[in-house]
Amino acid sequence: MITDLYIFGDTVVHRLGPGKKLLALLVLCSLLFIFESWLALLPAALLVLAGFWLAGLSAHHAFAALRPVLWILAAIFLIQLFYSGVVGAGFVVMRFAVLILAASLVTLTTRTSEFVDGIMAGLRYAPRFVPREKIALAIAMTMRFIPRLRAQFDEIREAQRARGLERNPIALLVPLIVRTLKDADEIAQAIEARSVD
Amino acid sequence: MSIRDIVFIALFAAIIAALALFPPIIIPLINVPITAQSLGIMLAGGVLGATRGGLSVILFLVLVAIGLPLLSGGRGGFAVFFGPTGGYLIGWIVAAVVIGFLTERFWHRLNYVSSFLICVFGGIVVLYAIGIPWSAAVADIPVATAAAGSAPFIPGDIVKALIAAVVIVTVKRSYPLIEAERADRPSAA
Repeated sequence: MITDLYIFGDTVVHRLGPGKKLLALLVLCSLLFIFESWLALLPAALLVLAGFWLAGLSAHHAFAALRPVLWILAAIFLIQLFYSGVVGAGFVVMRFAVLILAASLVTLTTRTSEFVDGIMAGLRYAPRFVPREKIALAIAMTMRFIPRLRAQFDEIREAQRARGLERNPIALLVPLIVRTLKDADEIAQAIEARSVD
Repeated sequence: MSIRDIVFIALFAAIIAALALFPPIIIPLINVPITAQSLGIMLAGGVLGATRGGLSVILFLVLVAIGLPLLSGGRGGFAVFFGPTGGYLIGWIVAAVVIGFLTERFWHRLNYVSSFLICVFGGIVVLYAIGIPWSAAVADIPVATAAAGSAPFIPGDIVKALIAAVVIVTVKRSYPLIEAERADRPSAA
């Protein structure tokens, strides 16, 4: 199986329902873009830090969440410095940091399976024209096939290495796609043979 | 939409995820890494067509959002959508749909050149037209500045469009998926 980004824990933040956490994240994000002031940003920052502390996460987790955007944020800070001074630049960069940390807090404290269960439960209330079973099938199948496709990709790379083609993207992609499409046809026949549709 | 279409959508979403393992190619001189994942977006549209391609990108992004580290570099979770470049991820959906739509329209005249131009239009022009204003808006910077910041990625994206075009045309020869649907319609082209 593929592992999610969840960090194990049994805290208030972990136990909160995935839907509620997601809603809180969207509200926070909207508020920070509607009220562009430090009066909104500072309490939000404290709230997110408190969330990290309550969830038992460390500064290391917070830094790991920000690391991929560090260079872009540094560049934005420099550009903003030119347009709106230190305070404005600090505000924009800190707003990104707060939003990214808030989003990471949700991801780190919620299992992917909880979200999947949430989606499935939500689909039960969806109107009739929504192809509920098909959406559920697609989500389950993709999660099931990601490890298999990764293995297949490594296999094809090994085979092409023997031909000296392991860095040729076309020699890797064409077999991967054609083989997957053929597999897909067989899987579809197998599902239809069990008359799921 | 048949079960077969659902399986194609699901498996292509898994292909896009598997492409995160592709070793990034570093362009000399400007030192910008090219990752294969946005190549997967072009392929989703070009191989599956507009509807199935777009849905498979949406499915992939949903799995990223709910906490699977499927983006290259092992990134994932809701945070990737809240960063300055979140617009490009949303733009991927539109890019796949546009590439798929044009590939369907030009299916009978599809060759390396037309497929390359389609990929450039959908995967670069349309994608940047969404990603750049989005970055400018969330980072509060002028659009021109955001555009300048994205410019170093264009050579890499042109290389990707070239690769995608060759793959799309080659896969069309051995496993045409868009043709199969058009066959039972009155011949339009």
